[in-house]
Amino acid sequence: MIHPPVLALRGISKRFGGVQALVDVDLKLRAGEVVALAGDNGAGKSTLVKVVSGVSPADRGVIEWEGRPVQIKRPHDAHSLGIATVYQDLAMCDNLDVVGNLFLGREIDRVGILDEVEMERRARDLMRTLSIRIPDVRVPVAALSAGQRQAVAISRSLMAAPKVLLLDEPTAALGVEQTSHLFDLIEEVRDRGMAIILISHNMGDIKAVADRVAVLRLGRNNGLFDVSTVTQEQIISAVTGAADNAVAHRARPDEEAWP
Amino acid sequence: MTGDGPHHDGPGARPVTAGREQRGRGWQENLRGYALEVRGSVREGERGPVLVIAGLIVIWCVFQALDDKFLSPRNLSNIGVDIVGTGLVAVGIVFVLLIREIDLSVGSVSGLAGAAFAVLNVNQGVPEWLAVIVAVAVGTAVGAFHGAFHAWLGVPAFVVTLAGLLIWNGLTLYLLGASGTINIDEEGLVASLTSRHFGADAVAYAVAALGTAGYLLAARRRRGRHRAAGMPYRPQGEIWLRTALLAVAAFAAAYTLNRFQGLPLALLIFLVVLVVSDYVLRRTRYGRRVYALGGGVEAARRAGIGVERVRVAMFMVSGTLAAVGGLFVASGLTSASPTTARAAGSGMLLINAIAAAVIGGTSLFGGRGSPWSVLLGVLVIQSIASGMALLGVQDAVQFMITGGVLLAAVAADALSRRAAARSGRSRATPT
Repeated sequence: MIHPPVLALRGISKRFGGVQALVDVDLKLRAGEVVALAGDNGAGKSTLVKVVSGVSPADRGVIEWEGRPVQIKRPHDAHSLGIATVYQDLAMCDNLDVVGNLFLGREIDRVGILDEVEMERRARDLMRTLSIRIPDVRVPVAALSAGQRQAVAISRSLMAAPKVLLLDEPTAALGVEQTSHLFDLIEEVRDRGMAIILISHNMGDIKAVADRVAVLRLGRNNGLFDVSTVTQEQIISAVTGAADNAVAHRARPDEEAWP
Repeated sequence: MTGDGPHHDGPGARPVTAGREQRGRGWQENLRGYALEVRGSVREGERGPVLVIAGLIVIWCVFQALDDKFLSPRNLSNIGVDIVGTGLVAVGIVFVLLIREIDLSVGSVSGLAGAAFAVLNVNQGVPEWLAVIVAVAVGTAVGAFHGAFHAWLGVPAFVVTLAGLLIWNGLTLYLLGASGTINIDEEGLVASLTSRHFGADAVAYAVAALGTAGYLLAARRRRGRHRAAGMPYRPQGEIWLRTALLAVAAFAAAYTLNRFQGLPLALLIFLVVLVVSDYVLRRTRYGRRVYALGGGVEAARRAGIGVERVRVAMFMVSGTLAAVGGLFVASGLTSASPTTARAAGSGMLLINAIAAAVIGGTSLFGGRGSPWSVLLGVLVIQSIASGMALLGVQDAVQFMITGGVLLAAVAADALSRRAAARSGRSRATPT
């Protein structure tokens, strides 16, 4: 079953001074799928994430949200559309406990007084439904392991019930077991109908959790593959530029039909 | 006295258990959890108030041994009044330290407020209440000025406020230059801030009883709500123990104060400021932003917190409380003079205020601490000052000792931070 794209990028270009970071990049994302964004360092992966998350808007190009064109000029625009981003550095307040971090910026209060009981209750519910294993929701985030912090950061981004989740190199700091926990979490979230963009260098990660993989090379699209049919070698050759013809690798015919 | 409620420290990672299971936990389980929590916080390097209280007792015993007037009701009552000026300034410092910044101008700003009040009221004939409001507003405005330079122009706070230290001290000397020392009305509002005592014994006891009862009710209500929601709560016995300890301290203080002149108005105001600022920081959305900024600026920014506005607000709080503290200092001296202004510029009040905050457990590295830390810290500082004054120790030695105490407190803060980082690392291994 093919859902309509929740997010579609067409002809996105971005220039930083003399550097053309993105050139006519296209990307489509459907609800309930994980699209990996692969590419060498400097290929434009992070720039693309910044464009979508509103941190640094595109110079040219169209962003369509559920079929209609939208403007994403500020992080706030992305939030209000339903796009959540988990950055590589996680950006959490180490001194606050898990509850404090989950609700940071959207605290539950009654006439300005924090409702700690309600926030703690919801935090426990969330940790339980996502099967996240942490010592307690009242420990400071500083006391958690890298995998636990990652899980908290992701569940935090889910608090606003987004439709699109951007994960920037989520496995970079994780061990093997933590990575598999993370993949369980990603699959859990995907099965709820969320669309996920996963930035990764790691072919193993991509094969393990992504449905499709979009390759960027030197700021341009350089291949879009169905993970179930593509080989790691094919992805790597697209990443390194051994195969430069993007269109030949289009995974599904319907991609061509996009106007 | 950590910022955010109890820090449970479970034995290793386990899934967060849900309501039903938690409800079944007996009090032994809760007690065990609490013991783990205490052990965890010690291992994480958080200094509880216990260490500071122990230090305070040692200081009191030493000075009492050297001079038996030290622990007299009269001297203790005077300490109770003298801590207020420095204490209020230190509460302002706590707000700034929590967002990982520093305000070096507070001594000068407090001097400026005292001078502004004296010039307006005594020389210009402005009504006292209006002069007080203007003096405090001057502090707020100065804080906004520092905050704006720091937050919007990106100048490091310590440079902005270092410049402020000189500027506002200069302005104070300029204001007082024409008239020299100005004596303020000894019967007036400002003078009564430190001279007024509630003579009736009942007042001090009533405040002690109110404070204790308020604590007990709040703790029990909190426990009840956690219990009703099926979440971990403090055991009944612990609440009673804490209440009993608080009651002993509060009633002993009330008894001592009543043996001299009764509860000082200044001390009452200080306690109210502590209660209110602690409540705002720990229980409101606004306070949560302050801690968040101290824990990670980038995280706060991404969570949609207006980082610049919080920064400016913190410097305004610190400027305001510095001005209020300055009025208490002027009240204690019943004058504003170039000599005291120069002393304010020399940084003694500033160093005492920072030392009070840090000794009490507020971190220089941001995000950890509470206004209550000031009460213990300023008691330590003022006890040392008072003891040395009783013994007739010369200024030069007092400077060295106060500086040494500050250095020791800051070193302890840095060490506890390293301990915290170490325990964080050891737990960062895959579970």
